[in-house]
Amino acid sequence: MNQTQQVITRITSKYGKNRSALISVLQDVHAAYNYLPEGSLDIVSAQLAVPLSTVYGVATFFKAFSFAPRGRHVATLCTGTACHVRGASTLLVEAETRLGISPGETTADQRFTLETVNCLGCCAVGPLLVLDGKYHGQMTAQRIAGVLEGG
Amino acid sequence: MSKKAYSSIEDFEKSAAGLLERRRSTRDRPSIIVAGGTCGMARGAGNIAEAFRQQIARRKLARKVLFRETGCHGFCQAEPLVVIDPEGILYCGVGPDDVTEILDETVENKRIIDRLVFKNSHDGRSFPLEREVPFYRRQQRQILSQNRLVDPRSIEDYVAIGGYGALARALQRDPKHVIAEVKAAGLRGRGGAGFLTGKKWEFCRDATGGPKYVICNADEGDPGAYMDRSVLEGNPHSVLEGMLIGAYAMGAQEGVVYIRMEYPLAIQNVGIALEQARELGFIGRNVLGTGFDFDLSITRGAGAFVCGEETALIASVEGRRGMPRTRPPYPAHSGLWGQPTNINNVETWANVPIIIRHGADRYAEVGTQTSKGTKIFSLVGKINNTGLVEIPMGTTLREIVEDIGGGIPDGKEFKAVQTGGPSGGCIPAGHLDLHVDYEGLAEAGSMMGSGGMIVMDENTCMVDVAHYFLSFTQGESCGKCTPCRIGTRQMAQILARIKRGEGTPEDLSKLEELAETIKETSLCGLGHTAPNPVLTTLRYFRDEYEAHIYEKRCPALSCVDLIFFEITYECVGCGICIPACTTGAITGEHKRVHAIDQEKCLRCGTCFDVCPPKVAAVVKGSPAKVAVS
Ligand SMILES: Cc1cc2nc3c(=O)[nH]c(=O)nc-3n(C[C@H](O)[C@H](O)[C@H](O)COP(=O)(O)O)c2cc1C
Ligand code: FES
Repeated sequence: MNQTQQVITRITSKYGKNRSALISVLQDVHAAYNYLPEGSLDIVSAQLAVPLSTVYGVATFFKAFSFAPRGRHVATLCTGTACHVRGASTLLVEAETRLGISPGETTADQRFTLETVNCLGCCAVGPLLVLDGKYHGQMTAQRIAGVLEGG
Repeated sequence: MSKKAYSSIEDFEKSAAGLLERRRSTRDRPSIIVAGGTCGMARGAGNIAEAFRQQIARRKLARKVLFRETGCHGFCQAEPLVVIDPEGILYCGVGPDDVTEILDETVENKRIIDRLVFKNSHDGRSFPLEREVPFYRRQQRQILSQNRLVDPRSIEDYVAIGGYGALARALQRDPKHVIAEVKAAGLRGRGGAGFLTGKKWEFCRDATGGPKYVICNADEGDPGAYMDRSVLEGNPHSVLEGMLIGAYAMGAQEGVVYIRMEYPLAIQNVGIALEQARELGFIGRNVLGTGFDFDLSITRGAGAFVCGEETALIASVEGRRGMPRTRPPYPAHSGLWGQPTNINNVETWANVPIIIRHGADRYAEVGTQTSKGTKIFSLVGKINNTGLVEIPMGTTLREIVEDIGGGIPDGKEFKAVQTGGPSGGCIPAGHLDLHVDYEGLAEAGSMMGSGGMIVMDENTCMVDVAHYFLSFTQGESCGKCTPCRIGTRQMAQILARIKRGEGTPEDLSKLEELAETIKETSLCGLGHTAPNPVLTTLRYFRDEYEAHIYEKRCPALSCVDLIFFEITYECVGCGICIPACTTGAITGEHKRVHAIDQEKCLRCGTCFDVCPPKVAAVVKGSPAKVAVS
């Protein structure tokens, strides 16, 4: 058994091998690797006895799943309504320009992944940028570069 | 530390009476409460709680002073918050350095630290007591007020404020009576459509087949609404208790709490609460020795807005793509695994113990003819007091925005309030006296939704808001039905065109036509309501659309393709804007008036923001001078 197989076996045995566990299993595999590595879907499909097409269908449906490795740092910009009316769209352009990538993408040097999220419930400090789980409120176009430098 | 499960209702009630008594007997003792929750944590509440713990230990105050770290209190604007009981003193914007002073001055010597007291932004009046702060004073916090009383990770805290007492009471009654009580209370669903909860429960109870299921919908997809998160993080047992009562009334044996993955703290606290409730015998086989069996688990969402729709949610709990299906059959007849299922929103469930505890009559005293009880709104956007607001149904928008919210920051003009999220609409200043309930909001062309209330000022462009929501729904459309998949894309494209100044006069009628088609023919609520943000903005702010189309002008000075920035002769040549500009569009010598190269300018507004307010040499205007490259 290769290493990926071992990791996935550990996960599937936690949930019981039935199809209702599919999303939870994919979430845990994703958490273990920070993405869904090549071949992992085949293993999940075999272990849960769910057709590969179904596994693929589920994995592509939900935003939580990425098929490409993510960067060492994840910068998440809130584009919820409250942050939007406080200028999040300008910040997004700024972050895209600085990093040279669009949301969902990772820089070539694997340093940053840029993501957007719809409201983290911290609207009081919006617009909000989260870098590796740390919240940076009242974000401005000028401050973005400084915050990203910290990553 | 494993505890013994309560073997009977009497066993539980005896122990609960002890905990209640202990609370009562320590009521006059000084206690310090730090408001945590995701929003508090984001502002450093964790460090403050830690500082208090250390100092209390160092000063050996543990017997004299009670300390509690709770969930969110809802006054998010003023966080980090510290409350000192029994007086109910509220301190805002507290930092770790203030902890020593709070202990010395306020806890030991009963003196108020003026610097930390809440002050009105418009007249500077200060309010040392929590209950007098205008933000709280006009609210009626049946649900949210519990957050400050309990440590969400302690089931004893919840029992000590009467928690699980409603369950014990319900278990001693006929399930049909429990349903009758919820029906008589007039509780309507807080997750969107406002269906009568008791009636839905009755459908599920009467449905044949089984096992039956209950589900708590904590997908909270409306971007800008976070009351469900606050309740789950701050008082998870109240939701579990509601679900237990519902399950007993409907004869369900299994339940699922479906929480969106963006809420890690809520997932964690509900997980802890589940374990504790299981340990004490509220969940599991033979609940409180009554013969009622009930098990409950958590499912994490995976980032899809449409999974808030009940049939899509059920599909994803079953491990399938989260696509809605046509109804009927409704989940009450065929839900999870094809069995009768009742699904309610977090806030709906949290109302249930209150109804059982106080009785339907008292519950129904609050609210309007058709909408009973309170509703929590998240008041966000361009508003002074951002936070969670719990008010009786029927409160006017004006009271919410002006009295509770404290008006619009920076002396700006109120323009609209958006309610109902991507399914709702924008309500203009002329409707501020509208009484907020299910019917009132619907008449104004919007809806209750989950309770997001986003305030917009003169700088918010209504075409941009419509475009924002249509891009949102287009991105979240699951793609199963054509009107929603393609129609929302067409609408978003037209709106983007108008924003760029490329709209044509026919675009408005095209938008209206598409809106009608999508509303009529979509498969689920996402599509049915997706056009609402466009329809309400067209209804109330048509002139803004027309300015974009006919004059290529954005009256709110917001759409980047239609505005320009310019430096006036007020410029003192300080040079601060030159390095701030990402594209190097600004040039000028020291102490000489600077200039912006319109070809290079991205209209990001950074120069406008960095120009010292005393100078204010950068001005905005519309229409644009040249097109953005
Ligand atoms: C697109 C869409 C998204 C929804 N999102 C949510 C949600 O995030 N939370 C929620 O409680 N209800 C949501 N609903 C409503 C649910 O389908 C369902 O009506 C509700 O959970 C029922 O609970 P209630 O009767 O307590 O309101 C959504 C509906 C639609 C059509
Ligand atoms: S909209 Fe950004 S945190 Fe709520």
